[in-house]
Amino acid sequence: MQTNRLDTGGRIDRSKPAGFRFDGRKLQGYTGDTLASALLANGVSIVGRSFKLHRPRGIVGSGAEEPNAIMQIGNGASTCPNLRATQVELYDGLIARTTKGWPGVNYDIAAINDVFGRIFSAGFYYKTFMRPQSLWHVYEKFIRRSAGFGRAPAAADPDKYEHLNAHCDVLIAGGGPAGLAAALAAGRAGARVIIADEQNEFGGNLLATAATLDGAPASDWVQQTTAELSAMDNVTALPRSTVFGYFDSNFLTIAERCTDHLPAIERSGSRERVWRVRAAQVVLAQGAFERPLVFCNNDRPGIMLASAVSTYINRYAVRTGERAVVFTNNDSAYQTAIDLQRAGADVAIVDSRRSSAGATAAIATGIPVLSGHVVVDTVGRKGIKAVRVGRWSGDATQTVDATITIDCDVLAMSGGWSPAVHLQSQAGGRNEWNDELQCFVPGESPQENRVAGSGRGKWSLSDCLEDGLGAGKDAASRSGYTPVDVEAPNVDTEEPASMEPLWRVPASQPPDRCPKQFIDYQNDTSVADVRLAAREGYCNVEHVKRYTALGFGTDQGKLGNINGMAVLAESLGKSIPEVGTTTFRPAYTPVTFGALAGENVGELFDPVRTTALHECHEAAGAPFEVVGQWHRPWYFPQPGEDLHAAVNRECLATRNSLGIMDASTLGKIDVRGPDAVEFLERIYTHNIGKMSVGRCAYGVLLGEDGMLMDDGVMARLGEQRFYLTTTTGGAAAVLSWLELWLQTEWPELDVFLTSLTDQFSTIAVAGPNSRRLLMKIGCDVDLDNAGFPFMSVRDAELAGMPVQLFRVSFSGELAFEINLSSSDAPRMWRTLMQAGEEFGITPYGTETMHVLRAEKGFVIIGQDTDGSVSPVDAGMSWLLSKEKDFLGKRSLSRPDCAREDRKQLVGVLSADGTTVLREGAQLVEDPHARQPVPMCGHVMSSYYSACLGHPIALGLVAGGRSKKGETLYAMQSDGSSTAVKIVSPVFYDPKSERQND
Amino acid sequence: MLLIACPYCGERAETEFSYGGEAGIARPKDPHALSDEQWADYLFMRKNSRGMHRELWNHAQGCRRWFEVERDTVSYVIKECYEIATPATSRDNQSRAD
Ligand SMILES: [Zn+2]
Repeated sequence: MQTNRLDTGGRIDRSKPAGFRFDGRKLQGYTGDTLASALLANGVSIVGRSFKLHRPRGIVGSGAEEPNAIMQIGNGASTCPNLRATQVELYDGLIARTTKGWPGVNYDIAAINDVFGRIFSAGFYYKTFMRPQSLWHVYEKFIRRSAGFGRAPAAADPDKYEHLNAHCDVLIAGGGPAGLAAALAAGRAGARVIIADEQNEFGGNLLATAATLDGAPASDWVQQTTAELSAMDNVTALPRSTVFGYFDSNFLTIAERCTDHLPAIERSGSRERVWRVRAAQVVLAQGAFERPLVFCNNDRPGIMLASAVSTYINRYAVRTGERAVVFTNNDSAYQTAIDLQRAGADVAIVDSRRSSAGATAAIATGIPVLSGHVVVDTVGRKGIKAVRVGRWSGDATQTVDATITIDCDVLAMSGGWSPAVHLQSQAGGRNEWNDELQCFVPGESPQENRVAGSGRGKWSLSDCLEDGLGAGKDAASRSGYTPVDVEAPNVDTEEPASMEPLWRVPASQPPDRCPKQFIDYQNDTSVADVRLAAREGYCNVEHVKRYTALGFGTDQGKLGNINGMAVLAESLGKSIPEVGTTTFRPAYTPVTFGALAGENVGELFDPVRTTALHECHEAAGAPFEVVGQWHRPWYFPQPGEDLHAAVNRECLATRNSLGIMDASTLGKIDVRGPDAVEFLERIYTHNIGKMSVGRCAYGVLLGEDGMLMDDGVMARLGEQRFYLTTTTGGAAAVLSWLELWLQTEWPELDVFLTSLTDQFSTIAVAGPNSRRLLMKIGCDVDLDNAGFPFMSVRDAELAGMPVQLFRVSFSGELAFEINLSSSDAPRMWRTLMQAGEEFGITPYGTETMHVLRAEKGFVIIGQDTDGSVSPVDAGMSWLLSKEKDFLGKRSLSRPDCAREDRKQLVGVLSADGTTVLREGAQLVEDPHARQPVPMCGHVMSSYYSACLGHPIALGLVAGGRSKKGETLYAMQSDGSSTAVKIVSPVFYDPKSERQND
Repeated sequence: MLLIACPYCGERAETEFSYGGEAGIARPKDPHALSDEQWADYLFMRKNSRGMHRELWNHAQGCRRWFEVERDTVSYVIKECYEIATPATSRDNQSRAD
């Protein structure tokens, strides 16, 4: 039964009833309702339990500021937690559940917390649950379950979300009176305008006011204006769209909810769309939030913001009570009293001020006004039943005795208004305290924007409209358009707007002994909590926030922060501006992960790079390993083989006969120009000038700090032309590094760099039969040692295809790398595989490559090094030219780099000959030493070597080169240890005879 | 997200660029003539300015050119973007190591 629904009025469609479920109860509202207005229409007063004390709570607001009515909407994989019922549009079939209060909002076992409220004070969680820390996980479960802010669905999100990039001249955040006026002015001037409003309809407060414009309801002007705007090609109007982030260079993000307001069967397309807008100019017309008043038991269901009470009457035709008390310190709430009276409720006004224009007008309409009085306390456990009122001395340090009791079922409160400065603050703007308006108003901004309307303290409707027009004109003209004159509609009766600050109503007992006076409903932060924080030495508002949880909730303190700051200021004997505000961060209201992720999920989560041979590897059944963005074949299992069996077979086949690998992911850089030699001399550590054309060299490059940065093969293709390879992961960074030096430090060098990584594919053939294989398929260059020695390069024709042939080896075997056009690569691979059959050619993946190189003690930069390993540490001193300077050389003689006890590359063998050590395992001298056990090194690479018949590992050990033969202990994750022996890092073919074969 | 005016390509979103740290730090002509302290100063010490900051950016996803940006590290407002090769006369070399 919609017991609180008015027979007429409102913007609901009484011909379209919408059935919905609330915690299992079947209820009915109308299309045009929000979930909140429908619940209030049905007389539902309790919508949640408070976070800490589990007190029953009702709907307080009518928009983004709502702290209590946090709902879980929908079922299954599409369910969405943490939605404010005040912002959820009602549709037929909607399913809503309360998220706070277990087992249910009406019967809550944890409400006993309320009885112990005094010990459950500020900092309680820190003081109690953080010590002993070992018990935190026990407490945490209890707290999380009994707190509860909804549940994330366990199944994958079935819905589609999208991102859209847009540019405009003028972005307007907020479509109330100021925003619409701004859009009209900017749109008529011809500017490309985007106007976004979080509600289903434009108009903001104009949809909820009894005021008239040009003699007609304000909603008529809204309708005319939105019709004109939607007819303009240069204006994009986005309802249901929240501007939630304001970033650098006028980059703003808008979350548009496309289908959530529709019954499930009517939904199609994207559920949400995030607009990423770059705007030349921005108009912030987000309006203002009404402030609650702070008095004892000010959280009972039925206590609401005055503006919300009016909105429910005027916009949704819901009268939230029959006997109303309006408690205010300003004039705006008088309109609420009139709205209540017109809706047939009995109304009384309690005004803390001794006199006001509003009171005079109200008394004239027969509404009783208690001027100079305040509501001290309230009665009614599950809903307000009465208020206790006392005379207000004007001095918050005095106690006030309640002398009058007024029965009521709704209390509309208004503590004045606070501009919504969130976006302006996100933009980097400062907030300034305005003493006359008693609020923070947006100050100077570093970005191209302006605030219009009540968002900067323009309280009256005519001021908002004029301010919006001015802002729209200014934004249009600053983005290069000629403004045109636009008339503002005439506001027929202007309401007075004076206020006197009232931050905290004193009770009949001192503030720390009286019943709770709540500041932040969602976190149960009270006046006493903030005062306690101040007494305990927290004098910075950011610290008080973290200590008391003030403003920590999903409402981000939209409602309570200003009162909290005022109470803190009073406790510290400071002014409000001296205390200051906390930082406003995106998002303005919560945004779903789905919207933030957009299309970047599943296959599109990260770009995937595949080589030209990818299909060959897929056909061979290889699982892939992700390296950077590359998908590289990991191993090539034959039926019944696991990773280890396959790798053992691949290793032995390569060492004994012939292996083949796709090495296309190596970075490839072409370096050419008259100064190529000079440039590379300065970058790489070895002597480049001495390399003759057709020769290759292993090269490393260092950071200026002397640490290994990347490595690869350098080939001299001509007097002025080189070809470099980089590690797979380092390709982009090396190119960027080379460009940095060339462009910033040595622009006089005539050198050009070109990335060839994607243009060329690389196939490595390794093993004693690799030369025979190439000869078999037809090679036009002499492949024997004399004509084509180890570490050389030739242009060749191989199997009729032009290739660049390298004789290099990353396995220690006789090996060749075939560099060729990516379009020829699949044909070459198939040719090699076919011709190699007689040698038992065996494709191998990254795992075998790792084992083969580790057997030879070849490091992989980034796996065996971590940015703190110098070439000396890695045993590469032979690579360091003594005849020239190169990047990082000076650092190698810094005292720290010359230390004898630096961690050095060594081989590590488990003493039992069978244990494969864990990569990352710490090495210690005495595992039984007193904790913390001194660590002297760690394992970086560890494999089973089929070829050697035992496990091998590479490690970094302090002073390791002089520790050869010594025993250390590798720690396992279970606390046990394995004895290991420190050896040379070269396990296989130490004289390197095979690659020269 | 910053809007950065690459001197070669025009205004592009920050996501196309990579950051290169403080600009105007010249590599010493003869590193080996420096004391360890002087070398460490070149290597590690940066201004960490509060306010206007000369810094290097690379149009990594575009023309691949490095260039300089003057940016306010408090407001993030970019004052100017310009080519490395043509520093304005007012921008004296601020390196301390050479
Ligand atoms: Zn560019």
